[in-house]
Amino acid sequence: MSETPKPVSPGTAAVVVEGGQPPLLGLQEMELNFGPQHPSTHGVLRIVIRVDGEKIVSARPDIGYLHRGTEKLFESETYPMVIPHTDRMDYVAAATNNHAYCLVVEKLLGIELPKRAQYIRVLLDELQRLSSHLLWLGSCAMDLGAITPFFYVFREREAILDIFEDYCGARLTLNCMRIGGLPADLPAGWTQKVHDFIEPFVDRVNEYEDLLTENRIFRDRMIGIGVLPVDRCIEWGVTGPALRGAGMAWDIRRAIPYECYPEIEFDIPVGRNADTYDRYLVRMAEMRQSRRIIQQCLAWLEKNPGTEFRGKVPRVIKPPAGEAYAAVEAPKGELGFYLVSNGGNKPYRLRVRPPSFINLQALPEMVTGHLVSDLVAVIGTIDIVLGEVDR
Amino acid sequence: MTDETPKDQPVPAPEPKPAGDAPKPASPPAPAKPAAAPAPKPPAPADASGHPVVAALAAAVPGAVQKATSFVGEVTVEVDPAKLVEACRYLKSEQKFDYLVDLTAVDWKDRQPRFDVVYWLHSFPKKSERIRLKAKVADGAPCPTVTGIWLTANWMEREVFDLFGIPFDGHPDLRRILTWDGFNGHPFRKDFPLEGIDTGAAIYPDRFPEGGGPSPNDSNRKVVS
Repeated sequence: MSETPKPVSPGTAAVVVEGGQPPLLGLQEMELNFGPQHPSTHGVLRIVIRVDGEKIVSARPDIGYLHRGTEKLFESETYPMVIPHTDRMDYVAAATNNHAYCLVVEKLLGIELPKRAQYIRVLLDELQRLSSHLLWLGSCAMDLGAITPFFYVFREREAILDIFEDYCGARLTLNCMRIGGLPADLPAGWTQKVHDFIEPFVDRVNEYEDLLTENRIFRDRMIGIGVLPVDRCIEWGVTGPALRGAGMAWDIRRAIPYECYPEIEFDIPVGRNADTYDRYLVRMAEMRQSRRIIQQCLAWLEKNPGTEFRGKVPRVIKPPAGEAYAAVEAPKGELGFYLVSNGGNKPYRLRVRPPSFINLQALPEMVTGHLVSDLVAVIGTIDIVLGEVDR
Repeated sequence: MTDETPKDQPVPAPEPKPAGDAPKPASPPAPAKPAAAPAPKPPAPADASGHPVVAALAAAVPGAVQKATSFVGEVTVEVDPAKLVEACRYLKSEQKFDYLVDLTAVDWKDRQPRFDVVYWLHSFPKKSERIRLKAKVADGAPCPTVTGIWLTANWMEREVFDLFGIPFDGHPDLRRILTWDGFNGHPFRKDFPLEGIDTGAAIYPDRFPEGGGPSPNDSNRKVVS
């Protein structure tokens, strides 16, 4: 051991000094473990932070605790068997995962979906976005000390999960899409249930905003924290609400449209200051827009009753040799699947472009110079899911 | 020409009659209909060396473009690994591909340059145009890093290094990211055994001794503090 004082190990605040007095605390930087078992890391994420007093000098995320080798697993499953595995990546937004995967296989196969299937898919996607944003809102607010919204959002999330359960039997790992369409048509009375939920939902959003938006403690914890301007977002590949919160109106649903989104009216909410508060505002506005989209889908589905929920799908799914990439706007950002096929009935390589993984990479830049408690706010508003980060 | 649809068949049955007046059968909008009928047709790859970005890249960085194909609406350019950084820098600064969407690798076990390193670029100024670059890298050979061009490549390259064992030349912090330090082997290689105990040690005994942990003279040994 050298004579200079050294922290014993990360996570321990004690300082080892051989044959001498311990130096005054505050005169030196200290290395701390944030996680992996910490309630506000939203899973098993470890961040090694160097702090000078309470100020963060550097942060280094350490990931992989939840690595299951999903992409390797895909290679030994036939194409339809892959779908349930995609549920387990971003496990709070399973429908968008299913959707992105189905899109890429359909792209290689050249399958065109009937309009009805497209509208149902978009409807499921947007319900999923609502449930993901609600869970984000509850946990993010709770990290910042606001306990009440957590119970409020779970009331609404529960209703959404019930709607999903009525459609596909599952609440979390939905497995609700198939290559070339959907597993089943909508059950009788389902659209009415969605109506009953979505009509008063705007009041619920107003309720959350009453609790938080003008709340002085909440604002003090959020405004000016974790600023990442547009050019840095692009440099780090950050997408989703973080990019829009920085002021760039870029959304895959509009930029590279898929399914029936071109026919649907909705706005892309953007922020101005690129901080955590603007990311919060963007997500709140997105919930209102999702409600608009769901209403339009319901109106279309009711005006065009039909039974077609599947395209022309071959009995055995064997895409031609080649490669393709397809992306959807997941609640967290751009979720893409890159598929390499060798003509067989299993994917040769299936890569997932996870938004959480890439957004998390920009975390050190966002938190350096802030206080440790601000780290919690920043992790909260980049909205990561560790199942997707580690895959 | 395409086949007649069944709907059209009854019409030409009284053949001798309309033979007299020619203008009537001359304008059947028949080809429009059968287009909807056939089952989904798999797309076919086409040459894309005429694509404006590819042509500009070939002119600006001579020798960089080896092959360009277009498939399901996506342009893929095979790039010489030696010219990769130069090509990427040109694409970012001149062609405005400012966002690196994805960077990954594909293992073609029996092919000679074994790996494809795949870059998927996006341009915000060009209305979300996208282009794919591909560099062929042999097993053990380093691939030049693009972290100097897009910061986001940092973790992606670490992931490719971790899972495929492709070293990135010039990377600022090339450590394992998803598996732990001292993991045996690179699990996304096609020859990585899927069953058994301490699998990596069986195929890379020199690098990873049995029992886990990097060998004493391994550069991987310097571990997370």
